[in-house]
Amino acid sequence: MLRVDCLRAIYPELEKSLVVTIMGALPAELQSLGHRANFFYLQHAMGLSSSTGLGLALCMPEQKVIVLDGDGSLLMNLGSLSTMARYRPRNLVHIVFDNESLLSVGGFPTATGTGTDLEGIARAAGIPRVATVRDLESFKAAVIGGVQANELTTIIAKVEATGPAAYVTGLTLLENRFQFSRHARSLRTPEDRLSLSKGNKKVTQRRRVR
Amino acid sequence: MPVSSVNSSLIYGALKECGVRLLSALPETWLVHLIRLAEQDREMTLVRLAKEEEGVGISAGAHFAGVKSAMLMQNHGFLAAINGIVSFAHLYKIPLLMLISYRGSFGERDPWQTQGGNVTEPLLRALGIPYCFLDEAETAKKRLCHAQRLAESSLQPVAVLLTRDLMWEE
Repeated sequence: MLRVDCLRAIYPELEKSLVVTIMGALPAELQSLGHRANFFYLQHAMGLSSSTGLGLALCMPEQKVIVLDGDGSLLMNLGSLSTMARYRPRNLVHIVFDNESLLSVGGFPTATGTGTDLEGIARAAGIPRVATVRDLESFKAAVIGGVQANELTTIIAKVEATGPAAYVTGLTLLENRFQFSRHARSLRTPEDRLSLSKGNKKVTQRRRVR
Repeated sequence: MPVSSVNSSLIYGALKECGVRLLSALPETWLVHLIRLAEQDREMTLVRLAKEEEGVGISAGAHFAGVKSAMLMQNHGFLAAINGIVSFAHLYKIPLLMLISYRGSFGERDPWQTQGGNVTEPLLRALGIPYCFLDEAETAKKRLCHAQRLAESSLQPVAVLLTRDLMWEE
């Protein structure tokens, strides 16, 4: 199974969600399929994509959040599984593309290539819905199932260790960050907007006094 | 426990007043009252972490959603979060309000805290992170709110060092 085929298969789901990815090959592949304002590519800080998705999911309970993680990144922040499981946001789907390799830095094998079982770790951490998938049909079904289940889901997708020739794209990091943030804020629910506008009003009043 | 509950309430009140609605935290002695206050407050989302670096991602997610947040941690937790601070908060211009208990400085009895105390300020300076001290009740609220405002306006991490003088009653 190729990761780019997986991304193509779930692209309609990604278009409807707030998406946070890891760095390297994955964002280059996703951008090759088409960038959207609701995609944020965390092009460093390995391990923190899942934490970013958790922060988003907790602050925007009405939105579906999809994290596109990798085995190397998740292994750097295994505690994130226990933190996600602790708060169990129902709107978060955590997909881990496991190619058993640190592909972007030369293809050195990770511990999932020598027996570490991320599904077992996620389950034992307390993630309520966990699955490992190895073919495109089961992958697509697992992602759609996770989005519809309304329960925190981690999906381990076993993929081949191949990727694009180059990782740098024309989209600058800050352009992506501000576009994503503007988009996410435009989706806030009326209740959220009310609390936000209250805060803004206060600032405006203070300015007027001065 | 001689952690000042009065001054903890003062700090918590200031966080609320400047609009903070999400706190990520890893417990340490000086922070117990602050964490309890967040736990009991229905307006505050408290996220208990396994490691402080997670808090950088959580605060970034909150910021993207338009929610003001803060991180509560010991200075050793700040050391553990540095890669996230540099390669996320600095790289992507994310405002981070970091409340850091300044252990291992003058007056410290626990030998294990002392090395972290030595390097806290040099590291903040090396990273170019603006910081201030909360050391007396009279100025604490104003300084904290100013730090929060600077983090938001400059889109960068700002540190507030919680000192022994404010947090501990001998």
